[in-house]
Amino acid sequence: MPYLGSEDVVKELKKALCNPHIQADRLRYRNVIQRVIRHMTQGLDMSGVFMEMVKASATVDIVQKKLVYLYMCTYAPLKPDLALLAINTLCKDCSDPNPMVRGLALRSMCSLRMPGVQEYIQQPILNGLRDKASYVRRVAVLGCAKMHNLHGDSEVDGALVNELYSLLRDQDPIVVVNCLRSLEEILKQEGGVVINKPIAHHLLNRMSKLDQWGQAEVLNFLLRYQPRSEEELFDILNLLDSFLKSSSPGVVMGAAKLFLILAKKFPHVQTDVLMQVKGPLLAACSSESRELCFAALCHVRQILHSLPGHFSSHYKKFFCSYSEPHYIKLQKVEVLCELVNDENVQQVLEELRGYCTDVSADFAQAAVFAIGGIARTYTDQCVQILTELLGLRQEHITTVVVQTFRDLVWLCPQCTEAVCQALPGCEEHIQDSEGKQALIWLLGIHGERIPNAPYVLEDFVENVKSETFPAVKMELLTALLRLFLSRPAECQDTLGRLLHYCIEEEKDMAVRDRGLFYYRLLLAGVDEVKWILCSPKSDPSLGLLEDQAERPVNSWASDFNTLVPVYGKARWATISKCRGVEHHGPELPNASCATSGPLVPAENKERVQDLPDSGALMLVPSRQLTAECFEKTWLSLKVAHQQVFPWQGMVHPDTLQMALQVVNIQTIAMSRAGAQPWKAYLSAQDDTGCLFLTELLLEPENLEMQVSVKQSKTRTETLHSFISVLETVIGTIGDFKS
Amino acid sequence: MRRGCWEGKAGQGWAGKAGQGRAGAGFPAVRGESLLEGQPTRVLLFRGRRAGQAQLLLSPGLLSRKAMISQFFILSSKGDPLIYKDFRGDCGGRDVAELFYRKLTGLPGDESPVVMHHGDRHFIHVRHSGLYLVATTSENISPFSLLELLSRLATLLGDYCGSLGEGTISRNVALVYELLDEVLDYGYVQTTSTEMLRNFIQTEAVVSKPFSLFDLSSVGLFGAETQQSKVAPSSAASRPVLSSRSDQSQKNEVFLDVVERLSVLIASNGSLLKVDVQGEIRLKSFLPSGSEMRIGLTEEFCVGKSELRGYGPGIRVDEVSFHSSVHLDEFESHRILRLQPPQGELTVMRYQLSDDLPSPLPFRLFPSVQWDRGSGRLQVYLKLRCDLPPKSQALNVRLHLPLPRGVVRWTSRASLGLPAKGPPPRLLLWGWALPASPLNFPGTHAPASRSASSG
Repeated sequence: MPYLGSEDVVKELKKALCNPHIQADRLRYRNVIQRVIRHMTQGLDMSGVFMEMVKASATVDIVQKKLVYLYMCTYAPLKPDLALLAINTLCKDCSDPNPMVRGLALRSMCSLRMPGVQEYIQQPILNGLRDKASYVRRVAVLGCAKMHNLHGDSEVDGALVNELYSLLRDQDPIVVVNCLRSLEEILKQEGGVVINKPIAHHLLNRMSKLDQWGQAEVLNFLLRYQPRSEEELFDILNLLDSFLKSSSPGVVMGAAKLFLILAKKFPHVQTDVLMQVKGPLLAACSSESRELCFAALCHVRQILHSLPGHFSSHYKKFFCSYSEPHYIKLQKVEVLCELVNDENVQQVLEELRGYCTDVSADFAQAAVFAIGGIARTYTDQCVQILTELLGLRQEHITTVVVQTFRDLVWLCPQCTEAVCQALPGCEEHIQDSEGKQALIWLLGIHGERIPNAPYVLEDFVENVKSETFPAVKMELLTALLRLFLSRPAECQDTLGRLLHYCIEEEKDMAVRDRGLFYYRLLLAGVDEVKWILCSPKSDPSLGLLEDQAERPVNSWASDFNTLVPVYGKARWATISKCRGVEHHGPELPNASCATSGPLVPAENKERVQDLPDSGALMLVPSRQLTAECFEKTWLSLKVAHQQVFPWQGMVHPDTLQMALQVVNIQTIAMSRAGAQPWKAYLSAQDDTGCLFLTELLLEPENLEMQVSVKQSKTRTETLHSFISVLETVIGTIGDFKS
Repeated sequence: MRRGCWEGKAGQGWAGKAGQGRAGAGFPAVRGESLLEGQPTRVLLFRGRRAGQAQLLLSPGLLSRKAMISQFFILSSKGDPLIYKDFRGDCGGRDVAELFYRKLTGLPGDESPVVMHHGDRHFIHVRHSGLYLVATTSENISPFSLLELLSRLATLLGDYCGSLGEGTISRNVALVYELLDEVLDYGYVQTTSTEMLRNFIQTEAVVSKPFSLFDLSSVGLFGAETQQSKVAPSSAASRPVLSSRSDQSQKNEVFLDVVERLSVLIASNGSLLKVDVQGEIRLKSFLPSGSEMRIGLTEEFCVGKSELRGYGPGIRVDEVSFHSSVHLDEFESHRILRLQPPQGELTVMRYQLSDDLPSPLPFRLFPSVQWDRGSGRLQVYLKLRCDLPPKSQALNVRLHLPLPRGVVRWTSRASLGLPAKGPPPRLLLWGWALPASPLNFPGTHAPASRSASSG
């Protein structure tokens, strides 16, 4: 009865609990207590009957005892004074002949969570640690952790810690695992329980005695252990090999992680391990439990980042079935997108094409984007499929296809012709802002190849008054002006009308300003306009930037079998960032200041100018590398130097580019601001003609900028000077941020 | 079977150490500085922890990796809390259950509900029989272990309460709390074995209602009838394991079920695109613990592609895994599984098979679609054929047909089931209990003609 006023319920129950007739009848008494518990679960405040419940705890009925203790643990923080009355009964129960009663009492007493209880529980816990029943020892061991956390201060009781360390040799496997857990909590300030060689070996020998939960947990603790020699390492791996075949996914993944971390210097062992967990992972992916399936899919994606071909022959396992929930389907599409190769591309595309007509619009759009992703490698097939999809004349499909085309044309210019042929007719089926922007952009930049481009844009201009999205109007202005440059006769009139509308009638200031700007630009002459508006029409090197380069296994091994892959790296970064602010707020800026030094920009400039003398390095501004040339050189050279600079927050590409320009380093390509991971490619040349090619890689969660430099001639001293120039620039920019 | 052989050098691979006769030797027990020696050494040994710290490479990611949960609760499908237990008292109040349900229902479409976070608290849940079993934690915990634990809890609760459902849980609140108390202490798993737990559980389950012969909808696991022997459906599936205490007439029963999930993808031209079989042998035992049991599989059973033997295709599976209590010493020679099952439910064996199926599919669907552009009518003829052997029959067959958005009206003429028409739903659904033999089962002819406007 959750709707009944809780006062009435409490009053009624209080009466029932005090009733001697009920107290005499064991079953009825127990039933009343059960009702109290039920109301408590529903969220009613039952603390009013605390006194009566304390009385009810003095009983021989063990079920009743359990219920009362559960009640007490919930309400003790609210009624600490009354709870102290129960301590007496609890202490008595702690020396009961029945180990079950002893354990129950000790566990409940330690869970009371109220100030002042420590002095009462200390002795029972110490007795419990030496109890002959393993059940009581298990409870007592965890009781140590509870007691420590109740204290609040970080004072560690050395004798207790020693006692716990010695209990690691206990016969009962659960006591052993509990000891580890308890020590971990007590020694939190010192970095947790220490796994030295004897402990590690002892745990390894006990592994087979533990149940699956214990095994998974001990595997986790063993991550701390650093084997002394290669031989020992492989002995451990051999011993743990059987756990890779456990029937419990938790143990398999725990073992796999331990293998990946221990064998971080042996890539072939890591590959073998990932081979072995393939079976269990695939089984989990088609498991009955959707939640497990989802976690497994996330880990499959993680593995695919490092070993792109790993699951290619099992692509059929990742086909979606009709009844699966949305989030699993989306993950599967992502996986399919990543495992595609020459053999299975046909079947995968066929399957994805089927999803594009799914009832759920979201899923259909995700499938179209997936085809767009595959199109970067298998352009022709995908463009053909996408063109066919336009034939469906469905609004939600057409708009994403056009958006996909826009991105594709930018990255793979070879498909421009096919895209231009497919575009006519699309405008009738696009209603949303994103789709319109994409179409207008395409018409503007490749308008000379699309015969009816000016007339489509003219239609947009006709309806500009009823257009609701300012972004579309902006895009329209730019596109029409671009098209005007290539087909002036057809566009002049329309452009005039659009500019007139934007300047005279438009209410959105940004659009109006843009219109005015273009108008004044046109006054300055067509050559000026060309110089400003005619940027390159494609940029294949961006593909190099966005391309998820094969990441080494070691970069994610420590995240394996944690929540990180399940959330996704980007989301995890935001989660841990807001947690990090609470915990380490003040420390981080210090760290970055210490390394980047107290440089201010003005000083910095002088120092940069000083540098050429000191390091015998003179960067010359003349050489302009093209993107293709850069890519070729980059791929042919080896990394000469790698270094990590501390970095915080976002990058402002313009600022960085400008700063690099000052020291004569050219920016070849750069990710958008806010992209993750953020990358940039730089090139510079010194007076002897030696080229320095640089990659900057920023992964926000690491708080550092990774710099790899390649050099066309091997000369260490100039390399070092170059690095120090770069470091100064990056340090300065980093200082601006913090 | 391969004993683990991990080698340092590439190329030598697995066999390296076996050749030197070391693989079988096991792991060298702790040497000179043995743990098992007298007290004084022990203390000294472990006292070294402070000194040892310097050489440990503790990366921050590895530092706090406690596998504990802060709270556990069970919500009904409507979001009412049925069970709530706070193990550590470190994570806010009891409004978390409500918070969880709000987050779950207000989730944007492209995010997964499996793991959600609020502040520094993570919610991880499984959905089981219409209930949400939710754990919260503030640690970066292993998702596999935690999801496995939640599923295991669902099975345990089912074992002890008879079946898992809103009704049984709220009837057995005391029992559930008692179980939780023993399974988890301070948020750490203690044990989940039915065998160990039954010593500590005192409350008896409140079973809902006696089984009725007429209630055929509950015919399911551990009690389906066969045509050869018309036995009364057993209530084993919904019987708690603990009922033996009061009732002495407890029979020594064992129920064995083979459950297979077959997922098939068929192209529009009728060819098979993907076949995937997930099977398991499930055992529910009421035998006293410690009794040995032998399950004989057919001798034709073979694992993997290479192991085909004898005539014919045999019974082949791709991969197989067994419960840790199964002894496999006779499996290689006679295909016998030896085990001492604990009371309650357990999955003895799991197997998987994909692609080449040795037997025909149980159903075949012959669709034909006619699209009359002029009138905007779309006629869909679905012909379903059941190819089960005559002894078996198919229960609860369902057919879903999603409809596109543009549908204005629809009518259906099904040869089994009533004709229907009306405003367009998003999905058409038929359900039957199909008789098995092809003679009694004249390929169901369910033509559904719909009038669609192409607006």
